[in-house]
Amino acid sequence: MSERLRMVEAVRDTLGAELARDDDVVVYGEDVGEAGGVFRATQGLIDDYPDRVFDTPVAEAGIVGAGVGLAATGMRPVAEIQFQSFLYQGFHQLAQHVARMRSRTRGTITCPMTIRTPYGGGIHALELHSESFEAGFAHIPGLKVVFPSSPAETKGLLTSSIRSPDPVIFMEPTRLYRSFREEVPDDHEIPLGEARVVEPGEDITVVAWGSMLRETLDAVDDIDASVEVIDPRTLYPLDTETIVDSVKKTGRCAIVHEAPKTAGMAGEIIARLNEEAFLYLEAPIERVTGYDVPMPMFAREDDYLPDADRIEAGIRDVLEFG
Amino acid sequence: MPEETVAQFHIRSVQVLSEDETVDDELVPDLSDDELLTVYEQMKRSRRLDERAIALQRRGELGTYAPAIGQEAAQVGTAFALGEDDWLVPSFREQPALLVHGTAPDAVLQYAKGMEEGAEIPDGEGALPPAIPVGSQPLHAAGIGWGEALQDRENVAITYFGDGATSEGDVYEAMNFAGVYDAQTVFVCQNNRYAISTGIEKQTNTETFAQKAIAAGIDCVQVDGNDVLGVYRVAREAVEKARSGEPVLIEALTYRRSMHTTSDDPSAYRESEEESEWEARDPILRFQRYLEDRGILDEETKGAIAERIEEELASAIDEANERREELDPADMFRHVYQDLPPELERQLAAFEAEKGGEGE
Repeated sequence: MSERLRMVEAVRDTLGAELARDDDVVVYGEDVGEAGGVFRATQGLIDDYPDRVFDTPVAEAGIVGAGVGLAATGMRPVAEIQFQSFLYQGFHQLAQHVARMRSRTRGTITCPMTIRTPYGGGIHALELHSESFEAGFAHIPGLKVVFPSSPAETKGLLTSSIRSPDPVIFMEPTRLYRSFREEVPDDHEIPLGEARVVEPGEDITVVAWGSMLRETLDAVDDIDASVEVIDPRTLYPLDTETIVDSVKKTGRCAIVHEAPKTAGMAGEIIARLNEEAFLYLEAPIERVTGYDVPMPMFAREDDYLPDADRIEAGIRDVLEFG
Repeated sequence: MPEETVAQFHIRSVQVLSEDETVDDELVPDLSDDELLTVYEQMKRSRRLDERAIALQRRGELGTYAPAIGQEAAQVGTAFALGEDDWLVPSFREQPALLVHGTAPDAVLQYAKGMEEGAEIPDGEGALPPAIPVGSQPLHAAGIGWGEALQDRENVAITYFGDGATSEGDVYEAMNFAGVYDAQTVFVCQNNRYAISTGIEKQTNTETFAQKAIAAGIDCVQVDGNDVLGVYRVAREAVEKARSGEPVLIEALTYRRSMHTTSDDPSAYRESEEESEWEARDPILRFQRYLEDRGILDEETKGAIAERIEEELASAIDEANERREELDPADMFRHVYQDLPPELERQLAAFEAEKGGEGE
């Protein structure tokens, strides 16, 4: 069985399926109950599961911190933080407790919590509703950082995240919530830590995730070369092997993300390629990213965000080198 | 209706055994002589553990250590009200409560030796490890109390924090969450009058710390935290209330008689006269006199208790030293995730190669 769903519907479908499958799953967050979430990602769930879907007080540290306790009692907390930058108000709970509970107790207490959060620009939202702090999350040992890029990917990755024994930050690109429909299989798990070769190619490897994957695929359409597009899907753990193998084949690479350039995940991927594929490189690796500026308000967000034109230009620079 | 009072609040304060040994017979909790002696022994156990730990730290055998000297009644009295399956969610100065709830002294020592082994929670023990960031752990207790309620279990979570912690937003968020979800949680604020060097008058403008609960809509009570009978009495009530879904904040008025941690020197910020005053109000001495006056505690029993404690501590110190000897550094890689991710596998291999190389 499968259904053609939008990404936001795939989120809801997955949450419903996991609530049905496992009595320990609890879905909670600001406005996720009666209102069904500000993006409607939890619409209707409270009607079917009034005892396991909860509107919370407006308290992000509370949402994250309470998850530590819920998990300790054997539950599977699936929290929504309404917008990713509001997670900064719960960041200390994330870094001090959620991420390290397993290691500091040597596995005797764990925190199998999933924090879903809409991220990224492109929907003309208010200030501080459009950030992409994935490198920050990936820098905290103990967390897994997961990015869906389509409705079917959402189903497979969110299912695995909720079932994961480790805490997961699940970054949902707001601009893709309603942008397209896709067949979404009913029972679908995608292992965390496995990249997807979205399009095979021979001349250059382009790595992109979340919202930037769509932009990258648009850019690639206009390029007269064989481009291999890789969606890492999880940034921690990162599937280094798939990216390294690809670059060993193509000899060229560009990495795309909408987060700021400095200390972004592209830098980490380049470092790993440097360690494992240096001698195969035929050109410097290009980063097509946001700028080192606070995510601008929406009048300038299109100027900030990498789009198909910038990505295409970046790919051409690498292809034309040497 | 131009103006009217829409809500009024009051703060109840309880004392059963006063400093001058007067006992309020109406309020005295129903504890057998054996139970009273157990309470006494638990207070002594923690006191001696702290004293030994400070000495070990001074000899370089332990890292920074936060003694609970002076706060034994506040903690033993509350933890003694818990059932075996209840949860204890401590801060970093909770030796008295931990020992009562079943933590072995050697675990406390291992933690103070800088080993995660000391924060392992044995199977079946309802506890979280010490929380170092001030005020962060009450939220976990709110989550536990909520989770237990969701699963129709009766267990409660009790969490400890200090006067300083109430200035952290998380403590309010925790009490507010607990109130909204009828969490089975007891919050214990040990007002020991100091947050490192900062006195309570600089911490808040409120008259009591108990009243912090009122804004969150949960019950509260203040108690003389150096009166173990009073503390036990309010803790029993609070635990039973929490079991039925009514969270409670207890403010225990006490005094941190020793340093904040072994890295601290209180003479920089408080007078020795003040310390002497509180020495006379010591919770163990007060309870000891009470037991002696009633013929429950005699010299022989005191000697036997002291001997048991010294023996236990001696073997705890040996045990902690042995675990330190056996420490496997590579373990730091093994508990970050359930399964070792490939990147960590590579780092572990490199680490082991480097360590192996050193031995050659």
